[in-house]
Amino acid sequence: MHHNICKRRQGGCLAPLRRGLPLKHSREGSTTFKKEIIALLLAGGQGSRLGVLTKKAAKPAVLFGGKYRIIDFSLSNCINSGIDTVGVLTQYQPLKLNNHIGIGKPWDMDRMNGGVTILSPFMKESSGEWYKGTANAISQNIDYIDKMAPEYVIVLSGDHIYKMDYSEMLASHIRNNAEATISVIDVPYSEASRYGIMNTDQNGRIFEFEEKPKNPKSTLASMGVYIFTWEVLRDYLLRDEQMESSDHDFGKDIIPTMLAESRSLWAYKFVGYWKDVGTIQAFWESNMDLVSRVPEFNLYDQQWKIYTPNPVKPPHYVAPSGSITTSIVAEGCMIYGQVRNSVIFPGVYVGKDAVIDNSIVMSNSHINDNCRLDHCIIGENVTVGNNVIVGQGDNVPNEHKPAIYNSGITVVGEGADIPEGAVIGKNVMIDIYARREDFCSCEIPSGSSIYYGGVCE
Amino acid sequence: MTNAMGLILSGWKKPELKELSYIRSVSAIPVGGKYRAIDFILSNMVNSGIKNVGVLTQYSFRSLMDHLGSGKEWDLDRRYDGLFVFPPSLSEDESGWYRGSADAMYNNLSFLKRSNEDYVIISQGNGIFKMQFDEMLDYHMSVNADITMAYREMYDYSPDELSMLGIIKIDENNRIVDLQEKPLHPQSDLGSIGIYLIRRTLLISLLEECIAHGEYDLVKDILIKKLDKLGVYGYEFKGYWRNISSVQTYYKCSMDMLNPEIREELFFKNGKVYTKVKDEAPAKYNAEANVHNCIVADGCFIEGTVEDSVLFRGVTIAKGAVVKNSIVMQGAVIEEGATIEYAILDKNVIMTKGKYLKGESDYPFVVGKNSVV
Repeated sequence: MHHNICKRRQGGCLAPLRRGLPLKHSREGSTTFKKEIIALLLAGGQGSRLGVLTKKAAKPAVLFGGKYRIIDFSLSNCINSGIDTVGVLTQYQPLKLNNHIGIGKPWDMDRMNGGVTILSPFMKESSGEWYKGTANAISQNIDYIDKMAPEYVIVLSGDHIYKMDYSEMLASHIRNNAEATISVIDVPYSEASRYGIMNTDQNGRIFEFEEKPKNPKSTLASMGVYIFTWEVLRDYLLRDEQMESSDHDFGKDIIPTMLAESRSLWAYKFVGYWKDVGTIQAFWESNMDLVSRVPEFNLYDQQWKIYTPNPVKPPHYVAPSGSITTSIVAEGCMIYGQVRNSVIFPGVYVGKDAVIDNSIVMSNSHINDNCRLDHCIIGENVTVGNNVIVGQGDNVPNEHKPAIYNSGITVVGEGADIPEGAVIGKNVMIDIYARREDFCSCEIPSGSSIYYGGVCE
Repeated sequence: MTNAMGLILSGWKKPELKELSYIRSVSAIPVGGKYRAIDFILSNMVNSGIKNVGVLTQYSFRSLMDHLGSGKEWDLDRRYDGLFVFPPSLSEDESGWYRGSADAMYNNLSFLKRSNEDYVIISQGNGIFKMQFDEMLDYHMSVNADITMAYREMYDYSPDELSMLGIIKIDENNRIVDLQEKPLHPQSDLGSIGIYLIRRTLLISLLEECIAHGEYDLVKDILIKKLDKLGVYGYEFKGYWRNISSVQTYYKCSMDMLNPEIREELFFKNGKVYTKVKDEAPAKYNAEANVHNCIVADGCFIEGTVEDSVLFRGVTIAKGAVVKNSIVMQGAVIEEGATIEYAILDKNVIMTKGKYLKGESDYPFVVGKNSVV
C-alpha cells in the first residue's frame, strides 16, 4: 500500500505538493488528498451576556446584520481564504446552529472530500462528557483531525464579526517557522486590560502572554484565532488532558505551557474591523455600524462575500405610506410605516404609522399599526400589537439582570407577543414566547422584566 | 401529484419584447425584482408535487440554462427524474431545429417514452401566475377528458391584449367547441392560459401523427384540428394570470406586483416561488432615500428618490437621482441627478449624471443590457 503511493508520486499522478511538504498518508492509510489546513470552529459558547437572545441559541447562531447569523462571518472567512474543511464544535443549544449549517451548501462546503462537519460531544466506550474547555473540545475530536491529517489547524471562535484572510496568516506562520501563530489586534491602551495581551519582540515573536493584565505592557489583544502546526498541538493537547489541574483552555493552559517551554509562538497583526459582539450594547452597536453612510464593515464587498442560507422570499415592499432611511432591510419585508436607523431582517411587517428608530427587528416579526419602537432589539417571530410604545422612560438598569440590560436597550425574546397599547420602558427584558397574559399591566416601566408564565403580583 | 410530469415550452421569438428578448429566451426574462419568468411555472409544478420536468428551449437559451443549472433551487436535482433541459441539437439528418412546439416535443419523444408518469402537464414558460395542478388533474379525470386546457375569464384584458391570446368557446359541459389562436376579433373573453393536461401515451401518439402529416404546432395542428374528434375540456383558473409577450405586458405585469393583493397571491399563497439565489447583503438606504410604493431586492443601495418602481438586485440609486414608474434590472446604476420615468432598464445599464429619460405608461422606454446612457 505505502509502496504504491510512492510509485504514484514518482509518476506524477498526484497533484503537485504544496509548499514542498512531504505527502503523508492518513492513519488509515487511505490515499485521499491531504488537507494542508483545516479549521476548527468553536461554536459551543452560550454568550450569556446576550441575555434572552441566547436563551434558545448558542451565541454563534444569533442573528446579525439583517440576514446573517454571527457564525457566517467566520465560515465565510474560511471559504474565502480557501479553507474548505471545517469542523464546527457545538455544545450549547445546537439546534438552530445545526439547522443553519446543514451540509454547508451556502458556503460551498458540501464537498466530497472535507467540507463542514458538526462535532458535538459524544459518548465513548467507558465514559462520555461535555466539552470542558476550548482545548478539551479539540482533544475530544482528535480522531476527526487525524482523519483529515492536516499539516496545520486554525482554531476559530464563532462569535466575532470580522473579515480576515486566513491564508495570509498561514503564510506568516510558515514564514516564521512558527509552531503557533496567534492573531492580534491593536486595541486602545485603556481597553487593553479587558483582553488577553501578547507581549512580543520587535519581530513579532511572543515571549509573554497575560490574560486581562492590570498594567498591560502592550496593546496587542488576542482575537481568539490560532494557527497551530498540528503535530505540535496534538502533543500539547494529549499532555494537557493528563493534567488534573488544567482548565483545558487555549488561553489559560495551552499557550502558557508552550511559552514556558520556549516553543516558537508568533503574533500575526490584523488590521481592520473586528468586533466581539458579546454584550447587548456591543451587539446593538455593531449592527448599527452597518447602517452608517460608509460602514466600517462592508457587507457589499463582491470580493469577500458573506454567505448564509438565503430565505425563499420575494424582494421587500415599501408601501406608498412607508418610508425607509439610514437602514438596511432584507427580503420579504412589508413596510407600511417608517423605518429609520434600523436593521430589519427578512419577512418583517411594519404596519401603518408605525415608527421604528435605532432598532434591530429580527426575522418574521410583526410590528402592527401605530407602534413606536426606539432602541430595542426584537427577536424572531415576535408580534407587537397596535399602538405599542417601546423604549420610553428613564435609563434604569434591569431589576433582575443589571449587568446585562443596562445600556438603555430593551430586548424582546423570540416568539413573544406584546399586547396592544403596552407602553414599555428602557432596559426591559421580555422573555422568549412571553404571552399576552404574562403582561400584568400595560405599563412596563424601565428596568422591569416580563417572564413566560410569570405570575402577576 | 406524482402521477404527472411537466413539459415547459420555453418559447419562441417574441419581437414584441424588443431588446428584452434579443439576448435571452422569453422564459428567462427577469421579473419581480429577483425572478425569471420561468420560476413561476417551475415553482407551480414543484409545489404541486411534480418531480419530473423537461424544459424545451430554442432561442437564446444560454441565460436560461445558466439560471436553471442542475435545478437544485427548485429541489429538482434528484437522483431519479428531476430537471431536464432540451436545447435543439443538429442530428445527422439535419433535423433537430425545432420547427414548432409539437416538433420540439417530438424531438424529445424518448424523454416522454421513458418517463413513468401517466399524465403530462404542458405549459408555456412565460406565464406569471400561481396555480396548483392537483385540482386540474381531478377535473380532467372526473370529466374523462382527453385533453384539458386551462382558461381564464380575461375581464382585466383590453381587446388588443385579448387578441394576443388563444380565445376559446365552451359548451354547457365545459367542452371546448372553438379555439382561435390570436384572433383579430375575439369572440369571447375566455382565454387559454397555455396549460394543457393530457395522458402521456395519448400525447405520444398525437405527436407521432402530427409530425407524420408534416405539421409542427401543438395548438394549430393538434388542438384546433382535433377539437371534434377528441374530448377537449376547459378548466377554469380564477387567479391572477399574465403572460409576458410584449414590452407592454411585461411592464403591466411588473407594476401589478406592486399591488399587495397580487403580491400576496403570487408570492405567499399556495407555496413559495423559488429562484436561483444570489448572495447579496440586505438593501441599504441612506439618509436621503425617499422610497414609496416599490419592490426592492437585496443588494440595492439607495440615496435617491424611487416611486412606483421595481428595483432588482444590486441596483444603485445615487443622491438626487429620481426613478419613477420604472423597472430597473440587476446591477444598474442611476448616477447623481439622473432621472428616469416609465423606463425599463435592462441589466447593468448605467444612467450617467444628470441624464433624463422618459417613456409613456403605454409605451415604456427600453434600454438594452450593459448600455451606458
